[in-house]
Amino acid sequence: MSAYDLHEGAVTTILIRGARILGGAPRDILLRDGLVAEIGDLAGADAGQTIDAAGLVALPGLVDLHTHLREPGREDAETVETGTQAAARGGYTAVHAMANTSPVADTAGVVEQVWRLGQESGHCDVQPVGAVTSGLEGRQLAELGAMADSAARVRVFSDDGKCVSDAVLMRRALEYVKAFDGVVAQHAQEPRLTEGAQLNEGEVSARLGLTGWPAVAEEAIIARDCLLAAHVGSRLHVCHVSTAGSVEIIRWAKSKGWDVTAEVTPHHLLLTDSCAETSPLGPYNPIYKVNPPLRTAEDVRALREALADGTIDCVATDHAPHPVEDKETEWAAAAMGMIGLETALPVVQEAMVETGLLDWAGVADRMSARPARIGRLAGHGRPIEPGAPANVTLYDPSVRRPVDPTAMASKSRNTPYEGMTLPGHVVATFLRGRPTVLEGKLV
Amino acid sequence: MKSHLLSTGDLSRDDALLILDTAEELARVSQRSIKKLPTLRGRTVVNLFFEDSTRTRISFEAAAKRLSADVINFSAKGSSVSKGESLKDTALTLEAMGADAVVIRHSASGAPHRLANWVRGSVVNAGDGTHEHPTQALLDAFSIRRRLGRLDGLKISIVGDVLHSRVARSNVLLLHTLGAEVTLVAPPTLLPVAVESWPCQVSYDLDAVLPKSDVVMMLRVQLERMNAAYFPSAREYSRRYGLDRDRFARLHDDAIVMHPGPMNRGMEISAEVADSPRSTIVEQVGNGVTVRMAVLYLLLGGSEPAIGGAE
Repeated sequence: MSAYDLHEGAVTTILIRGARILGGAPRDILLRDGLVAEIGDLAGADAGQTIDAAGLVALPGLVDLHTHLREPGREDAETVETGTQAAARGGYTAVHAMANTSPVADTAGVVEQVWRLGQESGHCDVQPVGAVTSGLEGRQLAELGAMADSAARVRVFSDDGKCVSDAVLMRRALEYVKAFDGVVAQHAQEPRLTEGAQLNEGEVSARLGLTGWPAVAEEAIIARDCLLAAHVGSRLHVCHVSTAGSVEIIRWAKSKGWDVTAEVTPHHLLLTDSCAETSPLGPYNPIYKVNPPLRTAEDVRALREALADGTIDCVATDHAPHPVEDKETEWAAAAMGMIGLETALPVVQEAMVETGLLDWAGVADRMSARPARIGRLAGHGRPIEPGAPANVTLYDPSVRRPVDPTAMASKSRNTPYEGMTLPGHVVATFLRGRPTVLEGKLV
Repeated sequence: MKSHLLSTGDLSRDDALLILDTAEELARVSQRSIKKLPTLRGRTVVNLFFEDSTRTRISFEAAAKRLSADVINFSAKGSSVSKGESLKDTALTLEAMGADAVVIRHSASGAPHRLANWVRGSVVNAGDGTHEHPTQALLDAFSIRRRLGRLDGLKISIVGDVLHSRVARSNVLLLHTLGAEVTLVAPPTLLPVAVESWPCQVSYDLDAVLPKSDVVMMLRVQLERMNAAYFPSAREYSRRYGLDRDRFARLHDDAIVMHPGPMNRGMEISAEVADSPRSTIVEQVGNGVTVRMAVLYLLLGGSEPAIGGAE
C-alpha cells in the first residue's frame, strides 16, 4: 500500500446499497479508510455518502496486464492522464503500462517517470512494464534488475509490439527475472514469417490481396517459449493469444505443470478477420488492423472456450490508442491497434457471459484476480470481503447501447465497436475506497 | 452499373456482359479514321497514379480522350504526395476540383476502396497492390470472346505468380462469373493459402493442364521473388512453368496464349510463343483502350446510348 499513499488523503466512508457481489444476492458494502469495512444489511450504517446500487453487479476493481498509455512520446495519441481516465471509466483500478514508449521504458528512470505520472493522475494505479531488451531492439537485455528495484517495482517485462525472437536472449531473460520473481510477457510473432504481414493469413487475406499473418508464426514462438520456460524453470506469460493452435499448445504446457500463463484481448473474443472485408464501415477499414490480427470464427470459439476453462488466464485489453490520421489511410499504411479499456467489460459480457461461458465470479477471476496475481499486484484482485482494499467496480449489465467513440475518455477514437450495440455499463469505480467514477462519469 | 469499379467480384453476369457488349460497339468506332466521340464532353477524369505504370495510364488516358473527357494526370512522384500528403487529402483535393471519375493505381491493396469513401465521383481501380486489376480482366475477357466467340464453358488456365497477382484475382472472379472454367497453375509457393476457397481449380503441373486448355494466360513473374525463396532460380522456374515451344506444341490447335504484359521473354514465355499468331498479347493492348472506354462510358455516361448521335 505504501506505494499508493499519495492520493489517500481525506478518506470518506461510502455505503453501497444493494449491490450484487459477483452477481449474487443484494448486499450492502461499506467502504472505509480505503478498505472494505463491512458487508451485509447495513441499512443504518453511518456513511458520508450512500450509493444506490440496486441491480448492479459488484466486481473487484479490474486489472489490465496490457495497456499502451503512449506517454512519454506519443502524447498526441494518449497520456497517462487520459489513459487512466479511460481505464477508470472501464472499471479498472490498475493497468500495466507497456514499455514501447519513446523513449522506451528500458531503464529505471523511464519506468519511474511513468509510475509517478500514474500516481499523479490518481484515476487508477499504473504499474509500468519494463522492456526485456534495450530499445526493444532484441540485441541485449535491458537493466531488468534496476527496473525491478526502482520505485516502480517492475515485475512484468515485455518487448510487446516486438517479439523477443532470439532464442538465447529469451532464455536468458526468462532465467534472469527469476531473481526478483519477474515474468517475461512475450509478444509471440516469428518475425521472418510475418514480414509485411497485414491480416490473418486465410481466405480473407487471399481475397483482399493483403499479406498474410499466419497462425503458425504465433504458435511456433509460443511452443518454443513454453519449452524454454520449462527448461529453465521460469515463469512465462503469453500476450494476446489469438489462435486455436496457440490455445492447444498452452493447454499442453499447463498439463505438464509448467508455469505458463496467457491473456486474450476482448477484440479477439468478439471480432474476426471478416471485419476487414464485410464490415458496414466498408472493406479495408484499418480500424480493424491490429497485431496480432483478427482471426477466424473458429479461433474465436477456441479462445472463448480456453478463457472459460482457464487455459487462458485472463482478459487483457491491449488498449492501443492511435490518432485519427494514423487510421484514415490505406490499410497497409495504417497503424496497428485498437483502444479497448472502455469497452472491455461490455465485450466480455457479450462474448462470455451472454453465451453462458462465464458467470460474474468467472469474470472477476479473469479480469481482476488472475491478472493481479500474474503481475504480482498485492493490492488488487482481492475478493470483495472485509479487510480487502476497497477496489470495487459497480456494473449495470442490464442495459444495451450503441458504442459512441466521441463519448470516450481516451484521447483516441480508434474503437472497432463504433456503431455496434454492446451490453453493460460501468456505473462506478472505487480505488481504495475513493470513487474515480460515479454515475458513469469521472469524478 | 454500380458507381465504382473496384473489384470484378462486384460485377453480376449482366454487368460484365454489358461492359463487353458496350466495348464491342465502341470497337466499331475505333475502326473509323476519326475515333473521337463527344459522349463525355465536359466531364473530368483524373488518372491518379501512385505507382509507375505508363501502359495502363496511357490506355486510360486514350480511352477518356476518345470519349472527349478532360483528362488530368496526377502522378504521385514529384507531387504533394511525395511530400507526405495523405491519400485522404489528395482525394479531397480532387473532389474540390470536381473530378467526375478517378482512375487510381496504388501499391496498397484496397486503396481504391478507401478513396471511394472520400470522393463523390466514380472510382475505377486501375490496379491495387496484390488485390485486383478489374479492367485488365475485362479486356482479357473481351479479347478471349473476340478470338473464340464465347466465354461460357471455356477452359482457361492462368499460370504463374498467382499469390502476388492482381490480374489473376480479377480474372478468376470475372471469368467464373462469365461461365468459364478457370485453372490456376503455379508452384505451391506462389499460390495463396486458402486458394481452394476460390471459384476455380488449382494445379501444380502445367504439362497436365495444357492439353485441356482453350486459353493459357501467362502471368509476369518478378525475378526478385526468387530472393524470397518462392522458387530456386529463373532457370528452374522457366523449365517447370514457362511456356516454351515444346509446351506450346501440346496445346490444341484453336487454343490461344495471353499475357497482361510486361513480359519477361525467356522466363515465363518464350519469344516465339509471344510472337505467334495464336498470341493475343498485342491485341490485348488495343482492346484495353476499348474496354476502358466502355467502363468510363457506363460509369459516367448515364443512360445515353454509347455511340450517341455520332453514327
